[in-house]
Amino acid sequence: MTADLLTASAADLAGRMAAREVSAREVVDAHLDRIAATDGDGTGDADVHAFLAVVADTARRHADDVDQRRVTGRDLGPLAGVPLALKDLFTMRGAPTTVGSRILDGWVPPYDATVTERLRAADVIVLGKTNMDEFAMGSSTENSAFGPTRNPWDLGRVPGGSSGGSAAAVAACQAPLAVGTDTGGSIRQPAALCGLVGGKPTYGTVSRYGMVAFASSLDQAGPLARTVTDAALLQSVLMGHDPRDSTSIDEAAVGQPYPDLLATLDDGVDGLTIGVVTELRGEGYEPAVLAAFENSIQRFEALGATIVEVSLPHASYGLPAYYLVAPSEASSNLARFDGVRYGLRVDAPTAEEMNAATRGQGFGPEVRRRIMIGTHALSSGYYDAFYAQASKVRRLIAQDFASAFDTVDVLVSPTSPTVAFPLGDKTADPLAMYLNDVATVPASLAGVPAVSVPNGVDGAGLPIGLQVMGPLLGDDRCYRVARALEADLDLDPIARGPHALAAPA
Amino acid sequence: MALSEAEVRHVARLARLDLSDDDVAELAPQLSEILEYAQQVGEVAADDVEPMIHPFPVMNVVRADFPAPSLPRDLVLDGAPDARDDRFAVPRIVAEDA
Repeated sequence: MTADLLTASAADLAGRMAAREVSAREVVDAHLDRIAATDGDGTGDADVHAFLAVVADTARRHADDVDQRRVTGRDLGPLAGVPLALKDLFTMRGAPTTVGSRILDGWVPPYDATVTERLRAADVIVLGKTNMDEFAMGSSTENSAFGPTRNPWDLGRVPGGSSGGSAAAVAACQAPLAVGTDTGGSIRQPAALCGLVGGKPTYGTVSRYGMVAFASSLDQAGPLARTVTDAALLQSVLMGHDPRDSTSIDEAAVGQPYPDLLATLDDGVDGLTIGVVTELRGEGYEPAVLAAFENSIQRFEALGATIVEVSLPHASYGLPAYYLVAPSEASSNLARFDGVRYGLRVDAPTAEEMNAATRGQGFGPEVRRRIMIGTHALSSGYYDAFYAQASKVRRLIAQDFASAFDTVDVLVSPTSPTVAFPLGDKTADPLAMYLNDVATVPASLAGVPAVSVPNGVDGAGLPIGLQVMGPLLGDDRCYRVARALEADLDLDPIARGPHALAAPA
Repeated sequence: MALSEAEVRHVARLARLDLSDDDVAELAPQLSEILEYAQQVGEVAADDVEPMIHPFPVMNVVRADFPAPSLPRDLVLDGAPDARDDRFAVPRIVAEDA
C-alpha cells in the first residue's frame, strides 16, 4: 500500500483522494516516512539529501485540513492533497529560506512567495524546502553551502542543478511533484539527469514575487514530475499574472492568452512539424545521448510528425551571452545581501568594511566568481562590450527562434550533452561546468518555453533527456509533444539500477 | 582578456567583497578564462540590433496608486542582524575624524 502511494503519479493520487480511497494525511505521512528513510541526516554515502528543511507538522496539519474539507463535500482543486517539494529559494513563512547559502543564516521570511501562495490555494501540500546550488548558480547542486544532493539513479553521481534537490526528491519518490527554477537550464538539466519531466515556462507566466532573484530577466519557476501530465497540471497551478511582479505577463497587455496545457495534451504529434536544431547536437554530446535523440526523432516520424532540420544561427553564442547576462544581473541583485537587513553579519569597524566582510564570508566560491564577472562586465568602460553586446546577441537568438517557428511547431534537441556525472568530477573547472547548459541556454535567452522529457537511459542505466522548445506562450505544444514521446517510449519512471537508491517496496 | 591580480582587487572592491590573497590568485586566471570565452559575443550583433531584456515589449509597469499595507515592521526587523529604535542598526558610516 505504502509503496504504491510513493510510486503513483500526482494525477493518480489526486483521483484516489477525490474518490476517498485514501486520505491526504495517509499520502503525506507515507512521503514524510520515505524522506526520513532516504534523506538520512544528509551526510552518508547513501543519503539523497534532497531536503534542507522538512516541515512535517505544517504538512500534516494542511493534509488534515484538506481531508476535513473533503468530508464536508467542498470542491477541491485537481491537485488537492498532493505532496510537493519546494526549492529553497521561494519564501514560505514559518521556515528558513536559505537559497543554499550561508549569507541568509537564520533568516525566516516574513511573507510568502506568490508561488507558495498559489500552491497553498490549490491545496498542494509542501513537505519541505529542497537543496540547490547556492543562489541557483550551478549545474550539479555541489555549490550548496549545505553539502551536495545525490542522484537517486546512482548515488555516486550528481542530480544536476541548480534544482538538484527538487529533482532528486521526485526521483527518490519522496514527493510526486516539485517546484524548481530555471535561469539557464536549472529545471530541465536536473530533470534530464534524474529521469524526470521538467518544464521551463514562457518567461513572465509564473510570478517571481518572493523568489530570491539570481538573474531577473531569465529566472522562471516551473514544475518537476515523473509524468508529463503531472508536470502540466502543476504548471497550470503556478501560472498567472501577478501585479506584484512587474515582468509578469498580463494577457490584456500582450494581447495573447496564457496557454491551456491540458486541452491538447493527448492529441499526439500526427500532423505537427518538428524542427531538429542543427547547432544543438554533435560535438561535445555523448554518443548515447545522440543515439537516444536520433531514435526519438524516428519515433516522432513514425507517429506522423514531419521532421525538418532547422538552424538557429546564433545559438552557439548563447552560452557566452548567458555567462555575461546572468552574472551581471546577479551582481546587481546580490548587492542587497549586505549584512544589514537579513541573515549573516560579520562585524567590522565601519559599515563598508562590515558589508565586504559579510559578503566575503557569506558567499561561496561560485557566487563570488559570478559577482566578480558581473561587476567587471558592468563596470565603467566594459558595459558596452559585455552586457550591452550580450543583450544584442540575445535579440538575435530570439529572432532565430521566431523565424524557426514560422515553419515548425516545435524545436527539439538533447537536453544535456551528458548523463549524470560523478560527484566532484567538474568542480575544479568552472568553464567545463558551464558547458552543461549549452543546449538549455538558448531558450532561456529567448524567453520561450521548453520541456525536458525522459528519452531512455545509456548503457549504465543513467537517464537521458530530450528537450522540446515552443514559441512564446506555446507551452501547451511542448507538453503535447513530450506526452506523445512519453506514451510511445513507455519508460519506467522509477529510479533503478545497480547503484540506485532502493525503490519503494 | 587577461585580468591582473590588481584588477581583480579593484573589481572586488567595487563589489564589496573581501577576498584573501589566495582567492585573488585563484580568481585572476579563472575570470580571465571565462571572460575570454564570453568575449565571443563581440563577433556578432552590429549597432542596429536593439538589446533585449524581456521577450515581450513590456515597459513602464506601475501599480495602481492606492494605499496598501506594508509588512509588519517588527516582523521585518526580527530578521535583521541588529535593530534598534525600530530601525536597522549598522556600524558607523563616516569615520570619526571626517
